Amino acid sequence: MSFPLLTATAALPAIGAVATAAVPAARRTAAKWLGLAFSLGTLVLAGIALARFEPGGDRFQLTESHAWIKDFGVRYELGVDGIGLALMALTALLIPFVILAGWHDADPLETNSSRWRPTQGFFALILMVEAMVILSFEATDVFLFYILFEAMLIPMYFLIGGFGDRAHSGSDENAAAQRSYAAVKFLLYNLVGGLIMLAAVIGLYVVAGSFSLSEIAEARANGSLSMATGTERWLFLGFFFAFAVKAPLWPLHTWLPNAMGEATSPVAVLITAVVDKVGTFAMLRFCLQLFPEASKWATPVILVLALISIVYGALLAVGQRDIKRLIAYASISHFGFIILGIFAMTSQGQSGATLYMVNHGISTAALMLVAGFLITRRGSRLISDYGGVQKVAPVLAGTFLIGGLATLSLPGLAPFVSEFLVLVGAFAAYPAAGIVATTGIVLAAIYVLVLYQRTMTGPVKAEVQGMADLKARELVVVVPLIALLLFLGVYPKPLTEIVNPAVQHTMSDVQKKDPQPEVEAAK
Amino acid sequence: MSATAVHSLWTTASGVTSAAPDEKFKAPVIEYTQLAPVLIVIGVAVLGVLVEAFVPRRARYYTQVFLTVVALVAAFAAVVGLAAGGYGTTKAHIAAMGAVAVDGPSLFLQGVILLTSLVAVFTFAERRLDPEAHGNRVDSFAAQAASVPGSDSEKAAVRAGFTTTEVFPLVLFSVAGMLVFPAANDLLTLFVALEVFSLPLYLLCAVARRKRLMSQESAVKYFLLGAFSSAFLLFGIALLYGYAGSVSYAQIATVVDGSIQRTDPALADTMGNDALLLIGGAMILTGLLFKVGAVPFHMWTPDVYQGAPTPVTGFMAAATKVAAFGALLRLLYVVLPGLTWDLRPVMWGIAIVTMVGGAVVAITQTDIKRLLAYSSIAHAGFILAGVIAATPDGISSVLFYLGTYSFVTVGAFAVVTLVRDAGGEATHLSKWAGLGRRSPLVAAVFAVFLLAFAGIPLTSGFSGKFAVFKAAADGGAGGLVVVGVISSAIAAFFYIRVIVLMFFSEPKADGPTVAVPSPLTMTTIAVGVAVTVVLGLAPQYFLDLASQAGTFVR
Repeated sequence: MSFPLLTATAALPAIGAVATAAVPAARRTAAKWLGLAFSLGTLVLAGIALARFEPGGDRFQLTESHAWIKDFGVRYELGVDGIGLALMALTALLIPFVILAGWHDADPLETNSSRWRPTQGFFALILMVEAMVILSFEATDVFLFYILFEAMLIPMYFLIGGFGDRAHSGSDENAAAQRSYAAVKFLLYNLVGGLIMLAAVIGLYVVAGSFSLSEIAEARANGSLSMATGTERWLFLGFFFAFAVKAPLWPLHTWLPNAMGEATSPVAVLITAVVDKVGTFAMLRFCLQLFPEASKWATPVILVLALISIVYGALLAVGQRDIKRLIAYASISHFGFIILGIFAMTSQGQSGATLYMVNHGISTAALMLVAGFLITRRGSRLISDYGGVQKVAPVLAGTFLIGGLATLSLPGLAPFVSEFLVLVGAFAAYPAAGIVATTGIVLAAIYVLVLYQRTMTGPVKAEVQGMADLKARELVVVVPLIALLLFLGVYPKPLTEIVNPAVQHTMSDVQKKDPQPEVEAAK
Repeated sequence: MSATAVHSLWTTASGVTSAAPDEKFKAPVIEYTQLAPVLIVIGVAVLGVLVEAFVPRRARYYTQVFLTVVALVAAFAAVVGLAAGGYGTTKAHIAAMGAVAVDGPSLFLQGVILLTSLVAVFTFAERRLDPEAHGNRVDSFAAQAASVPGSDSEKAAVRAGFTTTEVFPLVLFSVAGMLVFPAANDLLTLFVALEVFSLPLYLLCAVARRKRLMSQESAVKYFLLGAFSSAFLLFGIALLYGYAGSVSYAQIATVVDGSIQRTDPALADTMGNDALLLIGGAMILTGLLFKVGAVPFHMWTPDVYQGAPTPVTGFMAAATKVAAFGALLRLLYVVLPGLTWDLRPVMWGIAIVTMVGGAVVAITQTDIKRLLAYSSIAHAGFILAGVIAATPDGISSVLFYLGTYSFVTVGAFAVVTLVRDAGGEATHLSKWAGLGRRSPLVAAVFAVFLLAFAGIPLTSGFSGKFAVFKAAADGGAGGLVVVGVISSAIAAFFYIRVIVLMFFSEPKADGPTVAVPSPLTMTTIAVGVAVTVVLGLAPQYFLDLASQAGTFVR
């Protein structure tokens, strides 16, 4: 038996979470270093997985399979295709930066209680989320995936509700109330989605008699399993609803601005760059593979919702006065693009959507973390409280700009490649959808540049006067992310090489062929 | 004329008996080994009464705790022995002249009842939580139950350091009744077992040390409503006897099937009369659903859960539910399977209103014990969804759910006993604000229990819920599953509200403190957490156990 690499990748952060939580109250710094070490170890393991993966090989690689709960027909089955692997690597990559960026976010304000250990808890919870997210990208058993999909809400919930942004307007009590409101809203939205999915998961078992993705696919292929059209549609809707809440898709998105606004910036990154990706990933992995017919049936409606997300998210981002909520609405717009790419059902669209997930993770992390550094310095999230920052903190302003430009998909930066692919894919299948989606790019330029202009340029505001530039720790966070954005923007091949075969498999599952381009150049 | 006719009929019947006395009167055969769990518990309970009479007051507490624990452990060992001997599967049969069924479900539920009772008894024996009164360590029970609250005699009793050690034999009697209840194989045994486990519970509810009036009020409510439901049950038994000419489950079942037509001359007019069957069956179900706490027979639950001493509440909430669902399962699957189609709409209705009603009303609760009471109602609804499935999976999923639920419940109520202020337990929710800051461990443990109640994956609550919902969906009750997940979502809201309160609210200045318990309560809580986590991560062994135990003997 070979070394269970995928299990190890998920188990290491889980062990790290326990170890970090067990660090005594006074040894706060040790807990931070321990958490960082475990997240780096996970990154190494993910790197090994990346190296051992053969792009042209089997669909699911590095597979593991063990009996788990026989009575429920559940097996502990892991395996990654290119899509899962890319997202797993993204998660492993981002967590060390999240930990570094949140280095001081959970230092206790009052140290009178010897038993209250927020710092240990904060880093343990981040590692817990990492473990669950990674395992959910690896799960090829529907039940296993479902369990993780639901269970990751709990550490996330504590991260949002327990460790709020200290830069808030109004009283502490008011902020605490808003924070727990945001946390509860996050949990209830996602829990309701998850419970509806639970009904569909049980329904799937009743229909298919198995939870294993490969077994169900095989049974479908050889005709021993045929779902009635109505059943398949209901099950699809049950699954899709949960993923659409998580992703989030308009009109189920309203929890995201609250959660991202109230959480600390690293946690906000964790939400949008890591956890939400599980939703879009699951659409590709489960909705399309398990219910291909129903997916095609639902495509028109989903495309319309995705387009609404793109435009509506961008419009609301333009109107935001709060930096973090602006980024949240921008993310909603970007998730619209991802879902558009997935359900355009073209190979460019789906490759683009997968790349988009990775690139959006990196670019949002860069923008949000720099925004977090900015907000921590000034103690305010309102755009109007800033002005002329580029004169006092040029490096901060510069990195902020690059993060912003990545968000608006400037050519040369990674998100451009993916957005372009998504739009090409959408145009090929649904030209009207492509046209509407393009307005999202224009609006993105507006909200990013206006944000930069208002905060960074102009006369230096009095409160901003003494603002320090980025420190060494912060540079360590930002520089690699920006380097990665540049690298993947110029040379996306390593990523596309991994992703494309997996996308081809998915396309063949839904039995869709790319529409033949009328003009060769359009390709 | 008619009077003599009736009289002659009666004499004819007894004449048959007298005609062949040696054939009719056989010495009863009692399988003592197979009844060992019940006999051990009853025997020690009787011994406990003698201890109260003869052992000096100082030594009573230790003697009673020792005896109770030994009895429960020995009875559990006996259950395990019987199960290992194959009585749960191949050797399952009817013992004690048709009165008690020794089969898989009986043994499984008896095991669960004994284990939960054992951990619950630890909280009964806890004496470190309340501050010492006049130099005596005290438990949760009144110094002298008979003294009027607030009277001089009460003060004298407290000063003298009296304790109500009678609770231990009472618990044992109650446990004995509960052991028989799911195993009862005729309606009279069912009724006797019901009374045997209910009467001690009524008494136990009344003996709280703090808030005695509330406790006594709860006992009176419980007793009155319980007596009412017993009357329903008894009347239903009478009607079913009229219908089938027998109180034995197997006999009734055959009459319901229509496969037997041997008419008892004394009952010639009524036997096979479907009206009697339907009304009688409905009345017996009413009695059982009352014990289960299903809507609309749930009215007693919140008041009794709130008023009773918390250890008693934990014991009652867990063990009663197990016993009552066991009896309900046996009744529906053994006696009335022929009525499945008649009862189905009714049971659907009850399951739906129980799930939704419990979850919705719980949202507005401000007292943690009442909140848990309503949550137990919602859980009764989830279990009913599995009961309705009417498949072997249905039985085993319900058995499994009962196992998971009872440990979470006992653990949760044990945590409630720890959070105290000057007036005793601080059960008002507002006082729990910020508990996570002051006592992270206790709050975290309670959060685990709440998450298990809410059915979050990786806890036992999820495994149980998944099992019953899967069984229900397999059994064609997909609609119930949808209602179930919706009410789970509603229920999740109030469990989460408590977690928010504990972790995200600022602690109040005059908030309660968390008492440091003795190893007894710690054991209870630790067992609760361990079972919650183990059955959440690796439930396979216990699912196997439950599915092996999933066959009733008839």
